[in-house]
Amino acid sequence: MDYLTLIQLLDSTVRLATPLLLACLAGLFSERAGIFDIGLDGKMLAAAFFSAAIAAITGNVWLGLLAGIAASLALSLLHGLASITFRGNQLISGVAINFLAAGLTVLIAQSWFQQGGRTPSLIGGARFNPITLPFADQIEPLPFIGPLYAELISGHSILVYMAFAAVPLTWWILYRTRFGLRLRAVGENPAAVDTAGVSVIGLRYSAVCICGVLCGVAGAYLSTALQAGFIKDMSAGRGYIALAALIFAKWRPWYALWATLLFGLFGALETRPDVIEALIGIKVQGQLLGALPYVMTVIILAGFVGKAIPPRAGGEPYVKER
Amino acid sequence: MDVMPKWAEVVLVPLISLLLAAILSALVILGIGEDPVAAVKLMISGALGSTYGWGYTLYYATNFMFTGLCVAIAFHARLFNIGGEGQAMLGGLGVALACLYIPWPHWSLALLGATTMAAIFGATWAAIPAFLQAKRGSHIVITTIMFNFIAAAVLNYTLVNLMRPAGSMDPATARFPDATKLPTLHDMLAPIGINFSKAAPANISLLVAIAACIFLWVLIWRTRLGYEIRAYGHSESAAKYAGISPFKITMIAMTISGALAGMMAINNVMGEAERLVLNATEGAGFIGIAVALMGRSHPLGVFLAAILFGFLYQGGAELALWTTIPRELIVVIQALVILFTGALDNMVRMPLEKIFLTVRSLRPPKPERKPVEPAE
Repeated sequence: MDYLTLIQLLDSTVRLATPLLLACLAGLFSERAGIFDIGLDGKMLAAAFFSAAIAAITGNVWLGLLAGIAASLALSLLHGLASITFRGNQLISGVAINFLAAGLTVLIAQSWFQQGGRTPSLIGGARFNPITLPFADQIEPLPFIGPLYAELISGHSILVYMAFAAVPLTWWILYRTRFGLRLRAVGENPAAVDTAGVSVIGLRYSAVCICGVLCGVAGAYLSTALQAGFIKDMSAGRGYIALAALIFAKWRPWYALWATLLFGLFGALETRPDVIEALIGIKVQGQLLGALPYVMTVIILAGFVGKAIPPRAGGEPYVKER
Repeated sequence: MDVMPKWAEVVLVPLISLLLAAILSALVILGIGEDPVAAVKLMISGALGSTYGWGYTLYYATNFMFTGLCVAIAFHARLFNIGGEGQAMLGGLGVALACLYIPWPHWSLALLGATTMAAIFGATWAAIPAFLQAKRGSHIVITTIMFNFIAAAVLNYTLVNLMRPAGSMDPATARFPDATKLPTLHDMLAPIGINFSKAAPANISLLVAIAACIFLWVLIWRTRLGYEIRAYGHSESAAKYAGISPFKITMIAMTISGALAGMMAINNVMGEAERLVLNATEGAGFIGIAVALMGRSHPLGVFLAAILFGFLYQGGAELALWTTIPRELIVVIQALVILFTGALDNMVRMPLEKIFLTVRSLRPPKPERKPVEPAE
């Protein structure tokens, strides 16, 4: 495998890792606050549809992004209503949200655009286009660094850079702010937070809302940057892979970056069987490679390779008085 | 003391949830510019208006009975088995192996053999997450989700690379031999003079599903094991104190659960398609969640909810055929049912409990009988 192939492979790794990273950080906020969220996939899907739809209608991708975030936020609030206010089962609520998004997106897409559950293809300003970073053209002819900068680091859409910037931001919020400390505490021991006079419900709702915003960006990225338009079920289980990455990352932001990059690499390799064959000399089936993130998550979760311990109060509705 | 009488708990709460789901679905239909009343009429005539419609309704209902029971038995042990889909896929693999590689002399033996294989394959696929939960503490919901994806990959790999007949591009197995053909409802009802549609796929697996419902009822409410499963589901610590092994209950409940999901394959793979195709389960494993929630994890409830969803499925197919409403409407209805009967259960329950409390306080208390004076 030559250097340029490696750069290409890493480039598509970054592209594929971005939605996973955003969704993974979304899940991180929610689960760190003690709200399990298996509805990440549904929220991404809803956001993907509404951002593509509004971008297609208005021709402005930023309006699309806002619409996507709004859709995802609405589903987040539904999840909050079910799991925080009505103390329902968070897992069941997540399942319901996934189905709701899978059904409604196609239904509305068919009603608005009559194209068999998809949006029209997005062109020009209705899409997030690649950004060429400064001096990319000048540096490109240089050996080694040139392609690295011009191909791998430059030339992504703004959302990719936003996703990567979200990692240190998340770290800073969680570990260096009062809000972050309380957020982590509410996922471990909500009663203690309540005793300190901080609203458990308020904290959990804000965590769920942050989760909604991040999932919204992830979904918008899918339909307006990674691809040009919405197609049915386009999240393709990415929300579940993000969930797997979250466990893999043991609910920590920097680990989340590495986990999603790793799973992104698997995704990139799946489309390049020739590269794998050249690398390890045997032909690996694409289907089996696609299952690798799931298998690795099961192994990690079972504690065979390092133990992943979830936030202690995760999944438990908080009852103020007993 | 319970706040609500039992009938309200069992009948009223699910019915109100269903009503809420129905109202919202009607709004969705209105929102996409169609007429909900006409849609319901079309669904009823399409799903229940002919023996052909009934045949499809019952065929889908058979699938959902198996997957609904699968989720229900796990619920009794307070385990959420979201992996019915994967277990049913593996069950399909078991059925395909049994039908293709064993020369069965008669369909009845084939049914027996295929059911056993389907149950073993489904049970094994559920036993691994159960073991990991019981021994390693990994969350069963996450593991079973992961196992759904792994099952899809395994099935894809097997069909494309191992079981596809030579020269075929289609990722599916060869057609099963004629000896494994299950009698359809048409074949079964013809001798007693009922002319049931020949084209409909409902078959003898329906009876197996009903038998499974009865079996599960006996198991849960009439055996020691069922008692232990329920006790474990109500309180793990109390069950432990009573000498019930959490490991044993988790393993047994999940194995039965997986076996039930796997057995769905005798209906869709052996009874209908008569070969194993890639997307044989069509999401029935997930509908099982809605069915179990709707049926309050009771076998009779599951039976009725499965028929309801069978009706919705066939009705939805008819809608997609005759109107511009896509099939995904059913997914929305399914989501709303899961939402209202599962996650937002308290939203329905809390106001009802309040109503019952006020009614009770308004009614004058019954005159209390004076306790008999103890003899001195």
